Amino acid sequence: MTCKTALSLLAAAAAGLAAGAAQAQEEPVLNVYNWSDYIAEDTIEKFEAETGIKVTYDVYDSNEVLETKLMAGSTGYDVVVPTGDFLARQIQAGIYQPLDKSKLPNLENMDADLMARLANWDPENAHAVVYMWGTTGIGYNTAKIEERLGADAPTNSWALVFDEANAAKLADCGITMLDAPTEIIPAAMNYLGLDPQSTETADIEKAEALLKTIAPHVRYFHSSQYINDLANGDVCLSVGWSGDVFIARDRAAEAENGVEIAYVIPDEGALLWMDTLAIPADAPHPENAHKFINFIMDGQITADITNYVWYANANTASLPMVDEEITSDPGIFPTEAAKKKLYTAVVYDARVSRTVNRAWTSIKTGQ
Amino acid sequence: MTWIVRRGRALVVAVPTLWLALFFLIPFLVVLRVSFSEPAIARPPYTSLFDWDQGLLTITLNLGNYAYLLEDDLYVSAYLNSIWMASASTVICLLIAYPMALWIARSPMKNLLLMLVILPFWTSFLLRMYALIGLMSPTGFINSALGLVGLGPITMLQTDFAVYMGMVTGYLPLMILPLYSTLEKLDGALLEASHDLGARPWRAFLDVTLPLSMPGVIAGSLLVFIPSVGEYVIPALLGGPDQLMIGKTLWTEFFNNRDWPLASAVAIAMLAFLVVPIMFARNALGVKE
Repeated sequence: MTCKTALSLLAAAAAGLAAGAAQAQEEPVLNVYNWSDYIAEDTIEKFEAETGIKVTYDVYDSNEVLETKLMAGSTGYDVVVPTGDFLARQIQAGIYQPLDKSKLPNLENMDADLMARLANWDPENAHAVVYMWGTTGIGYNTAKIEERLGADAPTNSWALVFDEANAAKLADCGITMLDAPTEIIPAAMNYLGLDPQSTETADIEKAEALLKTIAPHVRYFHSSQYINDLANGDVCLSVGWSGDVFIARDRAAEAENGVEIAYVIPDEGALLWMDTLAIPADAPHPENAHKFINFIMDGQITADITNYVWYANANTASLPMVDEEITSDPGIFPTEAAKKKLYTAVVYDARVSRTVNRAWTSIKTGQ
Repeated sequence: MTWIVRRGRALVVAVPTLWLALFFLIPFLVVLRVSFSEPAIARPPYTSLFDWDQGLLTITLNLGNYAYLLEDDLYVSAYLNSIWMASASTVICLLIAYPMALWIARSPMKNLLLMLVILPFWTSFLLRMYALIGLMSPTGFINSALGLVGLGPITMLQTDFAVYMGMVTGYLPLMILPLYSTLEKLDGALLEASHDLGARPWRAFLDVTLPLSMPGVIAGSLLVFIPSVGEYVIPALLGGPDQLMIGKTLWTEFFNNRDWPLASAVAIAMLAFLVVPIMFARNALGVKE
């Protein structure tokens, strides 16, 4: 009995000591969990050189994987990169700690308009800052589309893939879609002239009916494989994320395999999404996490990332350093007119979530 | 003396028992518990079963998850389709593995051939599946070779064919090894006796070799069938979007719907519908041997 008491006292003392030490000086370690292919090659290296903090960098390829890990808790990650609508739900679940803005002087570099859009998901920008943003549009192999649909193919419209006649003609060269119901179903609703933010079952069913007509022509639903396949010429049309299509375009150009890829934000409008930097509530190194987020918001660092990943950023200070080729590309930095047509994702409650995902399974399997 | 022997036995059994309790039974009970709760936006994302309020213990069991499995035909068809795919893969594996095992057992180069069977196991399973993607993709080896002789590219990936290819190449060694071990132990004198009694080779195979190798057939089939039913990686990488398999369905519930309780119910139901009958079948057959 006394022995046990002594032991527990000792343990408590040790824990107290450890906690005290952590407060005074965090160990120079940081665990970052980010999307695959989503940072410049030298960003981590530069951060380590500047701060002396050793970074462990892991990657994922879907919000669902990130969310499941966060929901299970104790991930050990200090910085994660959730997309806006996922962020909103995760904030509700108490996943994130509020940012200490006094430690983020580079916040002044951020674009006020885009940060205001982010506030739809994270009121007052309390928990997150914008990392990169982009659109969900259409990437296609220019030669193969022309070969099958002729020179007047509707490459500026969602009809290119949502019109069954076009999809049927492209089926044999390969159509792919993101395995992301929260992005594809709103796109279908938008094409049908419905409110893409609708959560009405009737609207979801209309989108489902449309997608079911083209699903037989879709080779697969996957959120990262299309980068390689588009670049290799294994598929000829992907509904995908802007930057990923540009990566495919670059890889094809580097391989000199004769494949030419284009990305378009269709005239009907497209989904604008934002990936954000946030710190989990149970992050073991919150100090270092703040340092990292502040480091990323540096104009030059963000410009380097954009120049590498070809996604737009929300960092005004970075724009002069971003390649002209990128800032002038309407697929990356859309024109003001196109920007007005962009819509954002809403947070689905449990019931809508189930309806949407059930519809999605039904679309994918034809059952 | 006997006391030590008894205690010794208990100790020897204690280690695996403890291991199973810690890493199988307890996780299983956790899954079982989650399957009776309700989803919630929280961490963890499900409600608690037990509520302790002023000395009053309330246990809330939500049976709705299991009821839902029957309500929506998605789950039943996913189960049936998984069983079908797994059965077909098992039969194909058996048809390929049996002659191979027989040949290896009777070959003078047994060790070398066995080595070749085991060799793929030293490569990561995932890597072997990616190798199949390279082989079967529209610009892969097979289609390039076909292109040389003027035959058009065949779509092999994202079809049932690709999934069967994956299952068979992935699990074939699990079928060959148990078959080999029973066939290798087969007493050659029995075959000689059947020949002496006038049996033709085919007859001798059916009446002597096959019945005596049944334990290997059953063991191999179970080793292939059980992991195939719940297989997630192969259909996810090689399969098409229209394949409904229980492994993928479970993934959707867990990751896309964030409905851990329902996902747990799917897992428990799979265990009840598949593993329990298999265990009974195995015991019944085991007794007969």
